[in-house]
Amino acid sequence: MTSPLLTVNNLRTSFRSDRGTVRAVDGVSFTLNRGEILGLVGESGSGKSMTAMSIMRLIPEPPGSVEADELRFDGIDLLALSERQMLDVRAARIAMIFQDPMRSLNPVLSVGRQLTETLRRHLALDGAAARRRAIELLEMVGIPMAKSRLGAYPHEFSGGMRQRVMIAIALSCNPSLLIADEATTALDVTVQAQIVDLIKTLVKDIGASVIWISHDLGLVANLCDRVNVMYAGRIVESGPIRDVFYRPSHGYTLGLMSCTPRIDLVGERLRPIEGLPPDLSRPMTLCPFLPRCAHSVDRCRTERPALIEEQPAHWASCFADLTGSWRQTT
Amino acid sequence: MTSPLLQVENLCVSFPGTGGARVRAVDGVSFTIERGKTLGLVGESGCGKSTTGYSLLQLIKPTSGRVIVDGIDIASLSRREMRPYRRRLQIIFQDAAASLDPRMSVGDLIGEALDIHGLARGTARLPRIRKLLDLVGIPARLLQRFPHELSGGQAQRVAICRALAVEPMLIVCDEPVSALDVSIQAQIINLMQDLQKELGLAYLFISHDLSVVRHISDRIAVMYLGRIVETADKHEIFGSAAHPYTKALLSAVPVPDPDMERTRERIVLRGDLPSPANPPSGCRFRTRCPVPIDDCAQIDPPWKTLSETHHAACIRIQGIPETSLFEGVRY
Ligand SMILES: Nc1ncnc2c1ncn2[C@@H]1O[C@H](COP(=O)(O)OP(=O)(O)OP(=O)(O)O)[C@@H](O)[C@H]1O
Ligand SMILES: Nc1ncnc2c1ncn2[C@@H]1O[C@H](COP(=O)(O)OP(=O)(O)OP(=O)(O)O)[C@@H](O)[C@H]1O
Ligand SMILES: [Mg+2]
Ligand SMILES: [Mg+2]
Repeated sequence: MTSPLLTVNNLRTSFRSDRGTVRAVDGVSFTLNRGEILGLVGESGSGKSMTAMSIMRLIPEPPGSVEADELRFDGIDLLALSERQMLDVRAARIAMIFQDPMRSLNPVLSVGRQLTETLRRHLALDGAAARRRAIELLEMVGIPMAKSRLGAYPHEFSGGMRQRVMIAIALSCNPSLLIADEATTALDVTVQAQIVDLIKTLVKDIGASVIWISHDLGLVANLCDRVNVMYAGRIVESGPIRDVFYRPSHGYTLGLMSCTPRIDLVGERLRPIEGLPPDLSRPMTLCPFLPRCAHSVDRCRTERPALIEEQPAHWASCFADLTGSWRQTT
Repeated sequence: MTSPLLQVENLCVSFPGTGGARVRAVDGVSFTIERGKTLGLVGESGCGKSTTGYSLLQLIKPTSGRVIVDGIDIASLSRREMRPYRRRLQIIFQDAAASLDPRMSVGDLIGEALDIHGLARGTARLPRIRKLLDLVGIPARLLQRFPHELSGGQAQRVAICRALAVEPMLIVCDEPVSALDVSIQAQIINLMQDLQKELGLAYLFISHDLSVVRHISDRIAVMYLGRIVETADKHEIFGSAAHPYTKALLSAVPVPDPDMERTRERIVLRGDLPSPANPPSGCRFRTRCPVPIDDCAQIDPPWKTLSETHHAACIRIQGIPETSLFEGVRY
């Protein structure tokens, strides 16, 4: 058995503010295997980005505070690294792409320069080799006439092209882990389809693992092997993609699946999740989804459910029996 | 036969672009909206959806074309003559919180909408405000709140409420749920459907999300680079799309079903949307079309009729067998 690439054990990320302490990530544990694509879905504000930023050690402390029982990447204890060592990990081993490519691209440097600098620093390539590799990378992500585009600046590219450049930079050092946070959300569906195909092929080629954060259940269904569902700073359900989609075992997951409009289904009325997500600065003693849950049982009002393995590899923290509400699949 | 509520004929809007070229953001768009019905307007970013919506309300003056409301062409009216129509045609935006005056409370925001058009004065005012807020599901305790103290969904409810306050016939909805979490999206979509039924409202529902559009629309118009390329009743678009762009668009929408996602055939388009300042000759879609022929560069495709309610602008349509979206999209 090979060990997992990433182990996250009891991750807690909080922010101090005048309104009290916001528990953005409240005891998150999961592992990521080599070559695996893991989806991270959940309500807006549920802690998906903060989970990723905590792993990357990108949370400013203070006002933030990141604690974990274990945060291990490829045998390295990430919590024990100095900021300098972490910088190297971030540049060469764990790559991250965001919704807004301008957040990762430097607007005043040419695209070629941004690529070659990374390559020279982390792969110790000389100028000519870095240039050749930069052209290869841009071609790989489908930038036409890559050679003549090296001198272009990010603003000279369209949104889809910028996203491609960002992917080229992210993958330039053959990272073992790619974290994509709403990486295609700002793109049109036709361009999104191109980018998703591209990421799928590239990560397979270099054997990287992926954490794919998205609010789009369809994309996750397409891309991921497993999925973690988050609500109010916790993982409420986790399992193989088909299990979670066809046999959702937490009230929130079921609610999420049934409130999502689907292009393949004809106009039945949507079943929204009523109410609003909880205030994360208030202490929670019961299931945080209880006030909005359509399936709660008596036990939900007396104790908080733990995340347990209900079926092999399929975990959920929910007392309700949801089997009667599963969509009939053929 | 009664005339439709809104009839748009050959609408063109252009903006000054760089180097003297005009950006033809909307270039000869025609459609109608019936009373109490929803037309969904879909297409990629920059294709001209918002510009179309704004020019209906004369928020942007059309360069040419007619916008006929109840038999009157409002594109030719003066500001004063336009006033009664302003009340009848309302708009809501994607970023509801930003479209609301941050210094006004929820109650004042609704009250102001009433005042502008001299509705519900004196003692009738507060009960009317309460009734309107109740209609959109805003509890009375939020009456004194300010926009920044509202959640995204609540802010969108207030924006809808402001639009409703003046008793419009048509609301242009520009990506009204795109910024909201799905759980809140569904609340707002249901609300909009209920209000439509109750008040007989018509919507022009602009969105890039085809799953949402499928849910809420009666008819759908697909836009590409300033033009409508296909228009039909909802079931025709989703059941038997004819234009290659519509087919590609539909096939690219992810479906939250792992087995279906992994077996579905997809049409992956090449490249990005060309610039509206310099659109391709002939058919504008030909540079990304999976099935172009030489003629496509020469001929500006005329409308082909597929049924009384289904039209598409593509010279290749006869050669394309009609297939249903989920029976595989093939040519
Ligand atoms: N600097 C901060 N101070 C206080 N609270 C914060 C701070 N940064 C984030 N939070 C809170 O942490 C919680 C988790 O945020 P996070 O960005 O991880 O959500 P998310 O799941 O990525 O949501 P989205 O889908 O909207 O991107 C939110 O409730 C947010 O308000
Ligand atoms: N005031 C303006 N001046 C110049 N060009 C403009 C102006 N407003 C819009 N455009 C251009 O007109 C075209 C259509 O823009 P519009 O905002 O209508 O697109 P859209 O379909 O609503 O896109 P999105 O989905 O991104 O909202 C775009 O190319 C845009 O850059
Ligand atoms: Mg986020
Ligand atoms: Mg727009």
